Amino acid sequence: MSVLNAEARSATTHLAADADEPAPVAVEVHGVHKWYGAHRVLDGIDLTVAAGEVTVVLGPSGSGKSTLLRVINHLEQPTLGHVSLGGEPIGVRWHRGRLRELSERQILTQRGRIGFVFQNFNLFPHLTVLENVAAAPVATGLQRRTEAEQSARELLDRVGLGEKADAYPRQLSGGQQQRVAIARALAQRPGVILFDEPTSALDPELVGEVLAVIKDLAAGGTTLVIVTHEIGFAREVADRVVFMDGGRIVEQGTPAEVLDRPRHPRTQEFLSRVL
Amino acid sequence: MSDALAPAVPLDTASPSDTDPPPAHRNPPVTATAPASGSSQRVVPLRNPGRWITSAVALVLLAQIVHGLATNPFYQWDRFHYWFARPVITDGLVVTLEVTAYSAVLGLLGGVVLALARLSRSPVLRAISWVYIWLFRSVPLIVVLLFLYNFSALYRTLSLGVPFGPSFWHFDESKLATDMMIAVVGLSLNEAAYAAEVVRAGILSVDQGQHEAAAALGLPRRYQFARIVLPQALRAIVPSYVNQLIGLVKGTSLVFYVSLLDLFGSVQSMGSTYPGDIVPLLLVATVWYVILTSVISVVQFYVERHYSRGALRTLPPTPLQRLRAGLTTLIVRIRRETAT
Repeated sequence: MSVLNAEARSATTHLAADADEPAPVAVEVHGVHKWYGAHRVLDGIDLTVAAGEVTVVLGPSGSGKSTLLRVINHLEQPTLGHVSLGGEPIGVRWHRGRLRELSERQILTQRGRIGFVFQNFNLFPHLTVLENVAAAPVATGLQRRTEAEQSARELLDRVGLGEKADAYPRQLSGGQQQRVAIARALAQRPGVILFDEPTSALDPELVGEVLAVIKDLAAGGTTLVIVTHEIGFAREVADRVVFMDGGRIVEQGTPAEVLDRPRHPRTQEFLSRVL
Repeated sequence: MSDALAPAVPLDTASPSDTDPPPAHRNPPVTATAPASGSSQRVVPLRNPGRWITSAVALVLLAQIVHGLATNPFYQWDRFHYWFARPVITDGLVVTLEVTAYSAVLGLLGGVVLALARLSRSPVLRAISWVYIWLFRSVPLIVVLLFLYNFSALYRTLSLGVPFGPSFWHFDESKLATDMMIAVVGLSLNEAAYAAEVVRAGILSVDQGQHEAAAALGLPRRYQFARIVLPQALRAIVPSYVNQLIGLVKGTSLVFYVSLLDLFGSVQSMGSTYPGDIVPLLLVATVWYVILTSVISVVQFYVERHYSRGALRTLPPTPLQRLRAGLTTLIVRIRRETAT
């Protein structure tokens, strides 16, 4: 336990030091609706996340938080509306006043610039930790292999897992796997990173090491959108808290506004249950 | 609670139970005889005489079968020895190997294509793939082979071009359709239908999260399939496909009916020339097929081991490693037994 803390703390010192961080990017969600058949998951979402801002999305399960994240990197196509990143629409383009679908190749290129961290890590089990982190920059032509492996090692050092480079994911603890997943997302030098309940699949004593890494990313100035149930963490890192319910954004504001003086009854009810 | 257990205890403990302080020492009577340093004692394994007896009986039965095989003159082992590596037999063996190798590769490639078509987003491709698999799984292999054998009577020339329109390419069917070609095409068509289902099952066995992670990283489509999905699918594909392959090795014996002399064909034709040698000839075929299957099984073990990297925390030991480990523990045990 103390070793893990030490690892996480050493990560802190490394993270802020990196000089050539990719420039953070703003995220805009424009009137997004999402239906699965007759089931309405997102019901008109408008959201602006400024470049470098840390936004935490809270809400009961089934409120559409995860779907919102998956719409942002176009893992799900919105039924209506669109998302843009730094002014560039994702998955679509404007053509004679209408939005047209992009080719899969173009969508994949756009997605490469958005980091995504899954609840269940989804590391590639047949590749070593190093290969997991270095795979995408090589496959997408961002870096040569030797270069990508060099920066992968640096990223693994930053999340405190430098010595695990040659291990396979199943040989690691959940917290370590999630830190590798964060390093893998960082390898693509994304302008924004989306976290889908990054600590929900972890044992309680492993949550801290992952949150420490995310906290350092927040301090480093990357744009982050984090779906989580860790209210304390939200209070600590968020520039803004968004509360969702029933596919809508019910309330948003600074952590102090939303968490300490919630105005909407749904927010009050939710917070009274989780706090 | 503890009082309810009391009557059971004196039955076990012949030693004076009145000296026992009731609750603490009650349950294990063994502790009474245990030495003081008994905390990290080696446990003596339970003897299992029943198992020893059944094993002995099985060994006796096995010995009887081997004895029967070796001494029954009906098997004519000298004739077996005479035929085993005759050129006529090994030529047939080579044909069997060739047909198997070509059909295995073509069948697997066809299977991958069909599986991808069945999983594609195009309803047309899905339907075509489904019909193909349905058709070739329904028709017996021998029927397919005989159909192809008579194919040149149905279509004198094959041509490539626009349907109902002009054609650009002509083949003379009778020149193209050698016996080997017919055999390989027939087996591959059949094999592809089964391989398609094996490959599809393998692809479906890969966790959805893997597809999502690959997509989220923006990996190119081809890379997603070749480097992320397929290697994981192969873990499920290899055992089923090897099953399929072994079926194919034995399925090649049907090419005899399209006048190709494979291993079985050679044995069959020699058997009709020398009717007295039919049993040793069948034994020759049996032993060769067993050898082929065994080689495939050994290769399977190592291929599976290769693809289980990362899926298992430690790889299973190879037979050689297992033998070495077994011998070491045996030696250690013998040393310990002789020491005491």
